[in-house]
Amino acid sequence: MQGEPREGRIVVVGASLAGLRAAEALRDAGFVGSLTLIGEEPQPPYDRPPLSKQVLLGKVSADRTGLPQRRRVDAQWRLGVRAIGLDPIGKEVLLADGEKVPFDRLLIATGTRARPWPKPAEATLDGVFTLRTGEDAGRLAERLDAGPERVLVIGAGFTGSEIASACRERGLAVTVAERGPAPLVGALGGTLGALAAKLQRAHGVDLRCGVTVTELEGDGRLTGARFSDGSRIDADVAVVALGAVRNTEWLAESGLAAGPRGVTCDAGCRAFDMYGIVTDDVFAAGDVARFPHPLFEYQLLSLEHWGNAVAQAEVAAHNMVNPGPRRRPHLTVPAFWSSQFGLNIKSVGVPTFSDQVVIAQGSLKDARLVAVYGYRGRVTAAVSVNQAKALEYYERLIETAAPFPPAPGAADRIESPVPVPSDVPDPKTLSHGPTVALTGHLPDRRLTLVQPAR
Amino acid sequence: MNIVVDLNRCQGYAQCAFLAPRVFTMHGEEALSYAPAVPEDQQEHVLRAAAACPVQAILVGEEAGADAG
Repeated sequence: MQGEPREGRIVVVGASLAGLRAAEALRDAGFVGSLTLIGEEPQPPYDRPPLSKQVLLGKVSADRTGLPQRRRVDAQWRLGVRAIGLDPIGKEVLLADGEKVPFDRLLIATGTRARPWPKPAEATLDGVFTLRTGEDAGRLAERLDAGPERVLVIGAGFTGSEIASACRERGLAVTVAERGPAPLVGALGGTLGALAAKLQRAHGVDLRCGVTVTELEGDGRLTGARFSDGSRIDADVAVVALGAVRNTEWLAESGLAAGPRGVTCDAGCRAFDMYGIVTDDVFAAGDVARFPHPLFEYQLLSLEHWGNAVAQAEVAAHNMVNPGPRRRPHLTVPAFWSSQFGLNIKSVGVPTFSDQVVIAQGSLKDARLVAVYGYRGRVTAAVSVNQAKALEYYERLIETAAPFPPAPGAADRIESPVPVPSDVPDPKTLSHGPTVALTGHLPDRRLTLVQPAR
Repeated sequence: MNIVVDLNRCQGYAQCAFLAPRVFTMHGEEALSYAPAVPEDQQEHVLRAAAACPVQAILVGEEAGADAG
């Protein structure tokens, strides 16, 4: 590290939520050196959660979700140019336009991109979309405005389910194809997956589980799709919601521990090299990072969560400008939300890190409840449906490794006092990625978890 | 002026939807929907909403990267 930690050159690759928040936090922490933000997309940082909700509903235009900046970051913005390499010895980031950007410390916050439809000829049919960027959302919203006959959503994770919800709210016919046994099952397990399936059907979604889409048909324009069970539908719009791919390819020659599962870092966001040796000057944060979490047995977690991007960026920034003994670990309890089919779904902890689940408050019947997840007798997660105020209590239980099932107390009543298996599936049986990937093994079964290869 | 609501913090108190209904609306019983880019004539209302939020989930600022070259 050159000179004082609050001076020198910091380069942040990735100008989205994590990159922006890190830049703000660096300046807050007294960093006075030069700061460069490199972003592949031409526009300044914007917020993604509204893209699958407000934007698809036509309430907000896709180019109007810019993120607020809460302080001057006094940075050089290099937008619309992709980083293509990292020279760890010369300490330079290589850009697609041939420029080399030198750094003393580097933050990798390149996030993820939408997993494309695997057959390129079908993926380029007019009417086939993915939803990850503002541009994607703008194009899809425009197509939905035009009133398609039927929308096919491939993959019923959170993004797919939110898209289906927005389409139904617009009164459009929707078919959802999910390879797993139910929507959301990869993130929330079997009990809430079954509830999600019931809700989708009650809202008029033609939900097909346990099937895959084998072919997208069309000649220039999408006309329909065939399924693995032999059936077919007519559809003029298809949205591929098969999860995300981590943007790590540019690090292939860097010697870092970077691959399809992300950039491995320690609890202080310091990236590891390929031999598992921690670096001093390269940090990672946000969707692209995978890090060990003590509440979940130090398994490496990859989190595609808004709140994780914020919290991890702040920890990374703090550690980039502080000497060793003052560095902080990133120990935030994972949390995320979704709204779909008129419901507010919120999660704390890691529901996939579980062997059992119990409905601790409310009921499945009323679609208003808190489901609490446990692993080997301790609470590891809670998910609320239209009961958000209760979650803070359960967050405390997760932080203190409280016994599972939770004792009655905050619970208003227990509908199913007996925990049932959480039925967290192997991600390989899903058509989309879960939003939390345990990159070790599932706690109740020994399985190698990999992002499905496509 | 731009806003972002930390929906991990938001607990659906709906104070913002009362104070700035053209920017914040409830979507369903307790999910919040909002317009990230605040219209000029709504800025006062939004500042009041941000101050009134019981969990301080509304973050206000100028659009990021406004100084981007």
